[in-house]
Amino acid sequence: MKKIVFIVFVSALLSSCGSGSEKTAASETKETAIKLDGSSTVFPISEAVAEEFELENKNIKVTANASGTGAGFKKFIRNEIDVTGASRPIKASEDKDCAANKIQYLEIPIAYDGLAIVVSKENTWVDYLTVEELKKIWEPAAKGTVTHWDHVRAGWPHEKINLYGAGTESGTFDYFTEAIVGEARSCRTDYTASEDDNGLVSGVAGDKYSLGYFGYAYFFENQDKLKLVAIDDKNDANGKGAVLATNETIVNGTYQPLSRPLLIYINKTSSTKPEVAQFVNYYIDNAPTLVPETGYVALSPEAYKLVKARFNAGTTGSLFLTLKTTVGVKLEEILKTTQQ
Amino acid sequence: MAKKLGKRMRQKQVRKNKWYEFQDKSFKYIALAATGIGVLVLCVLLYDVFFDGFGRLDWKFFLDSSSRKAKNAGIYAAMGGTLWIMALTTIIAFPIGIGAGIYLEEYNKKGRLSNILEVNISNLAGIPSIIYGLLGLEVFSRTLMLGDTAITGALTLALLILPIIIVSTREALKTVPYNLREASFALGASQWQTIWHQILPASIPGIVTGAILAISRAIGETAPLIVIGAATYITSVPKLPNESFTVLPIQIFYWIGKPQHDFQVNAAAAIIVLLGITFVMNGAAVYLRYRWQKKVKW
Repeated sequence: MKKIVFIVFVSALLSSCGSGSEKTAASETKETAIKLDGSSTVFPISEAVAEEFELENKNIKVTANASGTGAGFKKFIRNEIDVTGASRPIKASEDKDCAANKIQYLEIPIAYDGLAIVVSKENTWVDYLTVEELKKIWEPAAKGTVTHWDHVRAGWPHEKINLYGAGTESGTFDYFTEAIVGEARSCRTDYTASEDDNGLVSGVAGDKYSLGYFGYAYFFENQDKLKLVAIDDKNDANGKGAVLATNETIVNGTYQPLSRPLLIYINKTSSTKPEVAQFVNYYIDNAPTLVPETGYVALSPEAYKLVKARFNAGTTGSLFLTLKTTVGVKLEEILKTTQQ
Repeated sequence: MAKKLGKRMRQKQVRKNKWYEFQDKSFKYIALAATGIGVLVLCVLLYDVFFDGFGRLDWKFFLDSSSRKAKNAGIYAAMGGTLWIMALTTIIAFPIGIGAGIYLEEYNKKGRLSNILEVNISNLAGIPSIIYGLLGLEVFSRTLMLGDTAITGALTLALLILPIIIVSTREALKTVPYNLREASFALGASQWQTIWHQILPASIPGIVTGAILAISRAIGETAPLIVIGAATYITSVPKLPNESFTVLPIQIFYWIGKPQHDFQVNAAAAIIVLLGITFVMNGAAVYLRYRWQKKVKW
């Protein structure tokens, strides 16, 4: 008995002494460690890249987290991580905070994500929806007035419409409201909101009169349970009539306005470390194969070339701060214009 | 007349007895039903988890780490992280918790101050775990610059279970009869000698049981570790306490959120492992209690 207690006390003492010497060890191990955080939407891509990267570079340890776009930027601004993923471009306020903390960043678009508008498999009446109709359904004024399907379009059943959508903490919510309602974070409140996309999937699937939206990857994995709705933005310049979300329509810009670029932001100081530079180059080089595997849509080969040149030139700052929006943006064009 | 009255009294008594009997039986069945509901829910949960996950458990599952492919994913890093956290939390929380318990029960003079202390410690035990996470993030991770490392996680969880250990230590010390202390003092022993040679050996089963149950609560915690930034993707077990880590509950939480069904199977398998660890810990607590209790004689 005495011995046990003695051992416990001694080990406690040792551990408290040890913390002093740990700091020197920390700086040694951190040299070969890369830390990622940020959007949970981007996370699956980063995870796939990290997995392959670690297989080839056994001495570099990558750890990744999925705290969300906003939380990721907060850590990025505190200089706690090397790379952060984002499902929307950096905000002006976040850019200011970076500058205040003397953090320069490199912005790299890495993939496209489409937002899928889905209804139940049993829904027989919805053939397509226009952006206007979607706005009518989701705008704040719709609360209490657009409650039945026949309010959306005459001739549809007089049945209560049950809405499922992203929770307010997700980048998806920001993007959807900006693209459909026209103002970010402006949305009706009487719908089922969740950050758990699987919850939304089963909600829509089990409810004949439901309508929901979430990342295309979640529709792709649950095609047998859901019906995808084609979207018409009434703009013939990017695809005539209603367009279904597919890999093709998302990458060629015809599935508008519900496709968006996903980005990663790299701390400029970190990017001078060889392992981080190696990792980001690996990320860009392997994105064309790994992005589709994770359910997202890869950029065009030309865009990846431009993006890689941008990273290796060390161009800091955001492409989107002056544009103020990503809705309908063609990446190749803005990449090219900034390079000239 | 008197006879008749006696008969009526007897009848009344019989009726009363029957009522008591009925009361007795029905209370027994209500209690049984209450127990049954708990057990039933547990059985449904176990059945569901085992049905989903048991087939997924093999050696490879224990040797693989995070992966985007469900078949290649495993719990190596998470399991290693959980063991690290368990060990570190034990080392930190046991001496402090038991020490504080001994002080409060044996040395502290009863008074207003000690009342305030007592109420606050009981209150601490009821604080939601995520609050401890926020505290850990600010104090250990940021102020002390420990970062999102295993030592930060262990310190945070140690804080979380300290009140539980303190309370259970005090309860265990209270079970030691007071005349044992008096006898020891009468023989000229100092307070230290009394505590070390008499009271601690007599109360150790209770103390250790409480402490082990507290640790098994700690290893099931998810929220505070998510707040301090435990990794979602990690393929290595920390070699030192100052490295990034993850734990089983976080791995499970992440897998359940994945769109692919195969990850839900992985989550179920990981839940079986976590349940297994908790079961072994609780079993150890029961066993130690049983063994040591037999040794204690007074």
